Amino acid sequence: MSTETDGSFVDGLEDIERKRLYGRLFVAVCFASTLVGVVALVALLADVLYESWGWVSWEFLTYPPSQAVENFLPGGRGAGIYPALVGSIFLIALTAVFTVFLGVGAAIYLEEYAAESRLKSFVEANIANLAGVPSIVYGLLGLAIFVRWFQLGASLIAGALTLTLLILPIVIVSSQEALRAVPDSQRQAAYGVGATKWQVIRDVVLPRALPGIMTGTILSLSRAIGETAPILMVGASTSLFVAPDGLTSPFSAMPMTIFEWATLPEAEFQHIAAAGIVVLLTILLLMNATAILIRNRYDPRS
Amino acid sequence: MSVDPGITAATSAVEDRKNDLVRYVFASCALVTVLTTAAIVLVLLEGAVAFFRFPDVTVLEYLRGTEWSPVIRPRSYGVLPLIWGTLVITVGSALVAIPVGTATAIYLSEYADPDVRKYLKPTLEVLAGIPTIVYGFFALSFITPIIQRLFPQTGTFNAAAGAIVVGVMIIPMVSSLSEDAMSAVPDSLRNAAYGLGATKVEVSTRVVLPAALSGIVASYILALSRAIGETMAVTLAVGMTPRITANPLESMQTMTAYMVQIGISDVSVGSVGYQSLFAVGLTLFAMTLAMNLISLWIRSRYREEYQ
Repeated sequence: MSTETDGSFVDGLEDIERKRLYGRLFVAVCFASTLVGVVALVALLADVLYESWGWVSWEFLTYPPSQAVENFLPGGRGAGIYPALVGSIFLIALTAVFTVFLGVGAAIYLEEYAAESRLKSFVEANIANLAGVPSIVYGLLGLAIFVRWFQLGASLIAGALTLTLLILPIVIVSSQEALRAVPDSQRQAAYGVGATKWQVIRDVVLPRALPGIMTGTILSLSRAIGETAPILMVGASTSLFVAPDGLTSPFSAMPMTIFEWATLPEAEFQHIAAAGIVVLLTILLLMNATAILIRNRYDPRS
Repeated sequence: MSVDPGITAATSAVEDRKNDLVRYVFASCALVTVLTTAAIVLVLLEGAVAFFRFPDVTVLEYLRGTEWSPVIRPRSYGVLPLIWGTLVITVGSALVAIPVGTATAIYLSEYADPDVRKYLKPTLEVLAGIPTIVYGFFALSFITPIIQRLFPQTGTFNAAAGAIVVGVMIIPMVSSLSEDAMSAVPDSLRNAAYGLGATKVEVSTRVVLPAALSGIVASYILALSRAIGETMAVTLAVGMTPRITANPLESMQTMTAYMVQIGISDVSVGSVGYQSLFAVGLTLFAMTLAMNLISLWIRSRYREEYQ
């Protein structure tokens, strides 16, 4: 009997050992999976930097694109991404104006005015669904409504309006969160000294929610600047030799030009596409850094 | 009385009118989102109806045909090759993102040191912020050469590279949303299991995972819906050859890549090629909408409520 007990005791020890080993294996697998994402990110950035090495120059930023590879090389006539760079900046500036107005307006309505009702939850569910619509479908919408119906053509403003509709759901949701974070006591205090609803929103709620709203908006805009599919459907040019000079002028944007370069057969255009990506990612990085800076500087929660 | 009541009344009347006006302005901003949805549905339906009005296009052929060539003669209008391409990418990316994303979520939620998590989570989320065109470039210049070294018969454009980069792209969607769901599981459940002698692995896989299942499954569906709608990465990586093949090393075409192909070509407005955009767009929209609604429904229907 005693041997039996000893036996099962040893079994129990082996069982514990087995479970320990299993536990260590499990953590190792989970940790390795976490590294997959990190390694992929590092590989992607390293690949882009490696391919673009030596191709990003001042000329690349200030000259229009060219069909001939030798123009991109040092000592060539100079070729680059300039019209698309300016196009992207104009596009995002216009999108920012429309988005801030519409997005913050809608968020204020939903948070400050609308009563808890079926209608409000319908509008919010609708916004959640819009956020899941593929960006190329927004491109079709822009093509049918802005380009054809409003007859704006393949213009800068048609592109900006399309991108506005695309990022509007994200801007509304993040602005709502910022507005919700303003404590109710501040609203009540303002009402208590006789302020009207609009005065409360304008002088109390908005200033306090502004950093949060700006952070969310800049992050959404940084998504818009990298979008290719919607502006492609609207008719942005792949290679344009002049920067846009008005709301209705045709335009190109960095993702379009990169797409064009990436599909060209000559091997050198791989490097030129990578150089374009470096410029695009640098601007993205600057926008994200600005957003994080604003959040850390002003957000009372952090 | 120090304040003239007349003035107060007049000011407040002006203020009231201003308040009403402001309210209408904000309400119309919110209305824009409803109009957007309505416009998407109308534009797609109208364009698709115009497509099916062409004499040689039938709904039956569209849904059952296995040849897709609406622009080049001999023309045929079966959408199945495009749906096949989309399915291959979606399933392939799920094979990458679901195991990796779930294991990442378990690590972040159950094992990682809070300080480590603070840096790992935003780092992974950077993956979701990189423009999809960059993933397409990455597939062409990095992933495909590796696949070609392993399988020399691989084409420049192939479904495998597309599925891998789309999978990487949606890892953060799975890991972040699943991690949120797992972190929401109360510690009392974990402690109860530890009290019964469960190991950490058992607590993670048999207590936390089932308790957070609705949130985890919802994150899978959202990620897959994103993969279905993914455009530029698959256009660059997978190519523009609509065909039904089981070989992931061959070029295919997704619904979105077809739309890009028409978008950059110069088909004339109102032609069958132009109208086919809207039929394919409607098909794509219906698929993603269905998945988004299922995801929402799962989250609300099966959510475990913890105090």
